[in-house]
Amino acid sequence: MNQIPALIRVFSYLSLLTVGGGMAAFPELKTLTVDVHKWLTFTQLIHLYSLGQMAPGPNMMMIVSIGQWAAGFVGALVVVFAFFGPTAVLAFIVNRWWQREEKWPWRDSIQRGLAPVSIGLLLAGCFSMAKGAITGTETAAMAVAVLLVLLRYKINPALVVMAGAVLGMLTLSPK
Amino acid sequence: MSDTATKPALETAAATPKVIPSASVAQIFLEFLLIGATSFGGVVPYLRNSLVTKTGWINDKEFVEMLSISQSLPGLNATNMAILVGDKLRGVLGSIAAIIGVCLPGGVLMYVLGIFYRDHGDRAWTTAGLKGVAAAAVGLILFTVVQLSEKSLSGKFDFVFMALTVICVNRFHLGVPRTLIGVGILAILYHRPRRAKEGTQ
Repeated sequence: MNQIPALIRVFSYLSLLTVGGGMAAFPELKTLTVDVHKWLTFTQLIHLYSLGQMAPGPNMMMIVSIGQWAAGFVGALVVVFAFFGPTAVLAFIVNRWWQREEKWPWRDSIQRGLAPVSIGLLLAGCFSMAKGAITGTETAAMAVAVLLVLLRYKINPALVVMAGAVLGMLTLSPK
Repeated sequence: MSDTATKPALETAAATPKVIPSASVAQIFLEFLLIGATSFGGVVPYLRNSLVTKTGWINDKEFVEMLSISQSLPGLNATNMAILVGDKLRGVLGSIAAIIGVCLPGGVLMYVLGIFYRDHGDRAWTTAGLKGVAAAAVGLILFTVVQLSEKSLSGKFDFVFMALTVICVNRFHLGVPRTLIGVGILAILYHRPRRAKEGTQ
């Protein structure tokens, strides 16, 4: 079955939900790619997302892997254009208009109003990912430890995520 | 008095754009490619380092402004910043060069990693490692939430709007778009322009 039209539809829709960051779209990403289209399992989605945190560049490049699984190289390419195209065009247009309307009083209201909502969406995405990622005491302890370490020390987050991989291999292997 | 105060400000404002855009489309592409290839653990600090400190293409004030616009629009911070900076330096072509540059390295890497994971992801040690990575990623997102809250939330009501967003998505399963529009409008109306504020500005 040709997955290309569905990939375009899903990822251009998800694109518009990423207010404040990619994680905002995570709950819908899960519903559409896992439950509706079954391109991958929930566990695989979480694994890919987490792998993506160790890669450089925008932190949602893991969508490339989903496109590749669903429809090969063309799938990967289509997903990138669908996911980054609409918001790129929107950012371009809105920014130019935004620069002209510097004195518009609602400009500040929109920025200040969207701040708590975008952080809420990030947190909602985090909870919906935690449902699959936090499977017991060990993983919960690891998440809390990472939070505390990052709050306390100035370390590159990618290193901490990599440490998670090593710790996982050492402690979470099936007995 | 106000005349003498605004005159130098206008002059510098007119002089600044002449000094800055000395970047060709190729230079923009290469700089963003470099950011895309090295920005482990979050793009924003690398963007600042490269665009403000290293190349001087934009100043700190512009950087903060562009970042706040990037955050209020749909799209990732990294790609929105690429569009905004690229446009400022070289218009449409600059934007296209910047966004392709910043996405290319990570995209190629995830393409390869995705195939590798599909073929070897079910091995015991990979699964265990990935479980650890996922748990750490949850901690990392929580850290980002704390960091952003400290920076951009002010007052009790902002926390109410944040909590309301979470509840709408996770508990009532209203979906991201409906929540975004519903709570978004409420929060924007709460932060509506007020007469008193205009007076102080």
